Amino acid sequence: MAKEIEAAPSVQLSSIAVSETHGENSPYFAGWKAYDENPYNEASNPSGVIQMGLAENQVSFDLLEEYLETHPEASFRGRGATGFRENALFQDYHGLPTFRKAMASFMEEIRGGRAKFDPRRVVLTAGATAANELLTFVLADRGTAWLVPTPYYPGFDRDLRWRTGVNIVPINCDSSNNFQITTPALEAAYELAESMNIRVSGVLITNPSNPLGVTISRSVLEDILDFITRKNIHLVSDEIYSGSVFSSSEFVSVAEVLEAREYKGSERVHIVYSLSKDLGLPGFRVGTIYSYNDEVVTTARRMSSFTLISSQTQHLLACMLSDKKFTKNYIEVNRTRLRKRYERIIEGLRSAGIECLKGNAGLFCWMNLSPLLEKPTKEGELDLWRTMVHELKLNISPGSSCHCSEPGWFRVCFANMSEHTLEVALERIHKYMEQRRT
Amino acid sequence: MSYVSSNRKPLLSRKATNDGHAEKSPYFDGWKAYDKDPFNPTQNPSGVIQMGLAEHQLCFDLVQEWLVSNPEASICTKKGVDKFRDIALFQDYHGLPAFRNAVAKFMGRVRGDKVKFDPDRIVMSGGATGAHEMITFCLADPGDAFLVPTPYYAGFDRDLCWRTEARLLPVVCHSSNNFKVTRKALEEAYAKAVEANISVKGLLLTNPSNPLGTILDRDTLREAMSFINEKNIHLICDEIYAATVFRQPDFISIAEIIEEDQEYNRNLVHIIYSLSKDMGFPGFRVGIVYSYNDAVVECGRKMSSFGLVSSQTQYLIASMLSDDQFIGKFLLESAGRLATRHNDFTDGLCQVGIKCLNGNAGLFLWMDLRGLLMDSTVEAETALWRVIINDVKLNVSPGSSFHCSEPGWFRVCIANMNEETTKVALARIREFVLRNGNKPNRKEKCWQSDLRLRLSFRRIDDVLRSPCIMSPHSPIPQSPLVRTRT
Repeated sequence: MAKEIEAAPSVQLSSIAVSETHGENSPYFAGWKAYDENPYNEASNPSGVIQMGLAENQVSFDLLEEYLETHPEASFRGRGATGFRENALFQDYHGLPTFRKAMASFMEEIRGGRAKFDPRRVVLTAGATAANELLTFVLADRGTAWLVPTPYYPGFDRDLRWRTGVNIVPINCDSSNNFQITTPALEAAYELAESMNIRVSGVLITNPSNPLGVTISRSVLEDILDFITRKNIHLVSDEIYSGSVFSSSEFVSVAEVLEAREYKGSERVHIVYSLSKDLGLPGFRVGTIYSYNDEVVTTARRMSSFTLISSQTQHLLACMLSDKKFTKNYIEVNRTRLRKRYERIIEGLRSAGIECLKGNAGLFCWMNLSPLLEKPTKEGELDLWRTMVHELKLNISPGSSCHCSEPGWFRVCFANMSEHTLEVALERIHKYMEQRRT
Repeated sequence: MSYVSSNRKPLLSRKATNDGHAEKSPYFDGWKAYDKDPFNPTQNPSGVIQMGLAEHQLCFDLVQEWLVSNPEASICTKKGVDKFRDIALFQDYHGLPAFRNAVAKFMGRVRGDKVKFDPDRIVMSGGATGAHEMITFCLADPGDAFLVPTPYYAGFDRDLCWRTEARLLPVVCHSSNNFKVTRKALEEAYAKAVEANISVKGLLLTNPSNPLGTILDRDTLREAMSFINEKNIHLICDEIYAATVFRQPDFISIAEIIEEDQEYNRNLVHIIYSLSKDMGFPGFRVGIVYSYNDAVVECGRKMSSFGLVSSQTQYLIASMLSDDQFIGKFLLESAGRLATRHNDFTDGLCQVGIKCLNGNAGLFLWMDLRGLLMDSTVEAETALWRVIINDVKLNVSPGSSFHCSEPGWFRVCIANMNEETTKVALARIREFVLRNGNKPNRKEKCWQSDLRLRLSFRRIDDVLRSPCIMSPHSPIPQSPLVRTRT
């Protein structure tokens, strides 16, 4: 008679730990796995999967490297003994004053000086990921909701909801008006939440938009501000791609619109920024929250204790971003290079018979493959996506992972590779489209 | 231009408006006094001396020397800039392999290489602050509780409870047995929770202890393991002061205990670590969650996205901690300097009849001022504390802010200043005690100098070979200075 082996009593983890809200089972990440298993390399693996699902900015590193080579004070060696000690000890959640000041002024420069930022309102977090979660903890109770326009960055499902217990109710946008946010769409989303007995805490927009690669117009921003004022809810404007707008005059920040309103109602508005996209430094974990609400600034600052920026990194960036000559040049050159990349990919796709949404910002384009779908459904889109990943060996992101209401759209990143690799990708698309025609 | 306007104020969350940030605690009040009037030997010699901040400032010269000789460890220098791009792009929440390997190795060395740590179980977080919150999010639902022996670090109330909505239940410890964490106290705390219908998810131990400056002995650790296994609850061991042990007895990590018995459920054990105290780098935000539970490692890793260590810092730390020779020298020097500083203070305090709990670790002393209280109450302790801040001009931390059950104890940080400031601080204490000499029993002879073996720091192996001095669990009877109040 076999003796029953007593299994160790199973150990319970939290509900958060066992939920799937971290979102890593989404196709957004499945493509990454395909890439990890067979990554393209110009020399050693030219037929591997090209990573076009990662919104990174790799076009301007030479400018950063040049700065470092000519500015030894950015490292500790240049600052001497007391410099290192003070820096290693500095854990004040107000942040290095020089760094906060440099961030505020950099944000002003990106907006062409059209908005002013007070360094005392800058709260530092380890990346925009942390900033968005933190703002959610501050502005929204568990069980309430953010209204978020679709399509949106897949990471929001985790960042805004996972540990906070807050919901996302979509504001549906579609191609009939180039995915612009309209007041009827805002009202419909609000009513949908109400019908589900969910209290709305605010609206969260991304401007410029990820995944659309388009800036939000001034009149739409005005409409959104009016809407949140009427409902007395918050507005978070995630502006992490603001430095990646191809032409400086085309970006209107919510900060400018508030200034024009003499800051009336501004205590409802909060901006998220980061250096991950504009400067191409995702590894350094540099995020900020800029709030016009004093209470939010105070509380967010206290909460930032869980996610401060390394003082070593604050010091480096304070040096770099305080150098006006450097920042002016960087912003201009970076913008130009991104625009050139964008123009190349649009041209390349067009000559293959593929159209994209007209974009003016970001590290990606929003490609329309709906004419190629076997079925105009999410399944049809995922079938096509699998072809892209496994046959063309291009990891692009399906619109459904961005909660797009229309199937057939894909986000294609172009700034995280060399010009040569971009050509290889375009060549593969050309070949595929040709094969389809025959 | 017309637009909608309204005078109504928008709502903030409950978390934003409650006191979960814990900043109303007296722990932070003293800091405010310091901020307004900070001591400076030349510019403000009568300012408040900061003795409320547990920092390790004694070994920066060693680190600075290492940095100068290793320019390639910084991606900003000419030597290191070729790595800049790859490091700047690296945001993988697994962390730089070199970083994880170096941290695992360092953790082993700090524990005298008695245990090995697996780099794949290392998860990053935003400092130990972030680590504590993260492990709580992994293990506890809102309303669930952790048992914590008192006195405990004031920041735990915020770190483990604020955004997680978990709660802390005290396991009360007493000076009568040097604040030992007894099985009885653990059982009592647990039973109390059960009666109140509170779900206990785990036990949180800090070893070495903040604020006591003592280490847990093997028996206590074994009892704790047996307790959590029996109740099937988690054990979180905060070992962030592991390398600040400067004297025997040797530090024993929970990592050692776990190997002693195959019956222990390893899935219950998690270690919190950081470089803020052992290396003196609080600004770099290097927090670590080390879990023996695969599911916790996986979940924690995903959560670490909210508090990753800057890749620039990971790179520097990986380089520094892999330098075996440097680390060996650092750990030795650090222990020696902490021992000397500890002795300087305890001797100086002893000379004016002030006793501290006998500790061998940490960056602070647990000072016994019960004899100076008007009453044995928190109010009296607070009154004394205000005198110390405003008259003596020392920011020390009152025991009540650490949830100590007995009024009159104070945590005094001693490793965050140079020798000159040490002398000034001691002089002020001396002067204050002598000024208040009309209080009974102030001039008792310092018996400790007779009983305690004097140790001046020589080489660490001499220290280790010396006979063990009075440990907190010594059979030697209590000092006559400890008066029982009727």
